[in-house]
Amino acid sequence: MEQQCRDLINTLAACMVAGGTDPNLANLLSALLGVVLVATLPLVTVILLIWVERKFAARIQDRLGPNRVGPFGLLQSVADALKMLTKEDITPAGADRFIFNLAPIIAFAVVVLIWAVIPFTPLHVGSDLSVGILYFVGVGSIGAVKVMVAGWSSNNKYALLGAFRTIAQLVSYEVPMILALLIPVMMAGSMSMQDITRAQGGMWYIFASPLAFLIFFISNLAETGRAPFDLIEAESELVAGYNIEYSGFKFGMFMAGEFMHVFTVAVLTAVLFLGGWWGPGVEQIPALGFVYLGLKTMAVYFAMLLIRNTVPRFRIDQVMNFNWKFMVPLSIVVVLVQAFLMRITTSLGLAPNEAGDFVSNLPQTIVLLLGNLAIIAVVLNMIRNRGRQQRLADEAAAAHSDLAHPAGAPAGD
Amino acid sequence: MQLLNEWAFIGVFFAIAWVFPLLPIAGSWFLRPHKPNAIKQQTYECGVETVGDTWVQFKVQYYIYALVFLVFDVEMVFLFPWAVAYKQLDWFAFGAGFLFIFLLADALIYAWRKNALEWI
Repeated sequence: MEQQCRDLINTLAACMVAGGTDPNLANLLSALLGVVLVATLPLVTVILLIWVERKFAARIQDRLGPNRVGPFGLLQSVADALKMLTKEDITPAGADRFIFNLAPIIAFAVVVLIWAVIPFTPLHVGSDLSVGILYFVGVGSIGAVKVMVAGWSSNNKYALLGAFRTIAQLVSYEVPMILALLIPVMMAGSMSMQDITRAQGGMWYIFASPLAFLIFFISNLAETGRAPFDLIEAESELVAGYNIEYSGFKFGMFMAGEFMHVFTVAVLTAVLFLGGWWGPGVEQIPALGFVYLGLKTMAVYFAMLLIRNTVPRFRIDQVMNFNWKFMVPLSIVVVLVQAFLMRITTSLGLAPNEAGDFVSNLPQTIVLLLGNLAIIAVVLNMIRNRGRQQRLADEAAAAHSDLAHPAGAPAGD
Repeated sequence: MQLLNEWAFIGVFFAIAWVFPLLPIAGSWFLRPHKPNAIKQQTYECGVETVGDTWVQFKVQYYIYALVFLVFDVEMVFLFPWAVAYKQLDWFAFGAGFLFIFLLADALIYAWRKNALEWI
């Protein structure tokens, strides 16, 4: 009971019951309040984040970025939203009207839904589902549906081709992402986000399994359609991809959903691999968890921004090959090695104890880290050998064509 | 009861989440102009009217990727319970999991050898 009273919303429900309200109604109302609180947080944040992202991109490209509306251009996103509200909404001829209108709503809603299971502090979590990870995977995959629905209903060939491409990319990168998710689940022994965070009190999982972190991070870059995997948009090839026919606020919903998705996966990375709300003094003052989670999220988010603004776009065949011939085999190996090493350390009695403090985590973490480093060494060596063979073959081919076309004649067929 | 409450929260969340995008889209109805005409509503292409049916049959490659994805996605559902219980399990469970993931990898190798993963 004492635990509950420290939580504002639960206290509210308890107080309402004490005041004579029907318990079910009290629970429903408090859930309603909680939902509105949890769902509004990403909405408010995304307005600020669009500004952050545009400023960041501008600085990298040696521009000023938005700087006219409000102090430092902070209100630029608000101005954009107001502009989009007043734009005419065009539904193209021949579009399937109902699902055409449904797509932007799905696009936005599914990202908000992920926030239901994110633990903000030791006490504050929307809903501490025992299957939180599966919930995230399930809700996250609805993102593919919105793309197909939007591309198909627009009655536009660019939109349809863009949708095909996007779906292929989204479903492919889901495989290594889910495989990487197995590792925090194995180590925490639970699928609840709150339990996984709590289990990282002694050691963040990024130290025990940096490869799982990298696989999760890279596949999420692809899932959110950020550079170098941004052929979902591919401005120069498909005009805009699946959302080409959308205008006004419906387009705005796709945009806001995409920005929010990036922020959401940054939060998830922080929760699953960077210890979530853990930080000094968080057990005494749970509200500090917000700050720590925010800082870790921002670190991941800025890494994503940096990659987005500095790396060129892949071709579609490169994207698919990278996934199926590199990421998926690698993640399978990582899961197997992880399982093997965890079994070994448990047999040797090196597994962390119930308290899960830093010292008891140390032996297992070192073993797992060494296992990861060994995989990295082997993989890098394979890539280097492959690259060398490719280079030698190319050089041989170039030398051959030089003989066929002497005196600097253009090589080729 | 506690479990039920958690899911009730998700239920309420599902109901509310649609309101957030719906509100501005519906609200903009009162602010935006409504002047449709035939030319404005044409399919966006290169300026010429679009030729033929839009809903074409496209590359079979996408379908093959979807099939390979399906193999992994279904098996993944079975792997999660294994991962949750893994800390309490013995070497036998490790062997079982290894065999299962090996079969998973086998499907990938088969698809690879059959050139299903080549982008054509």
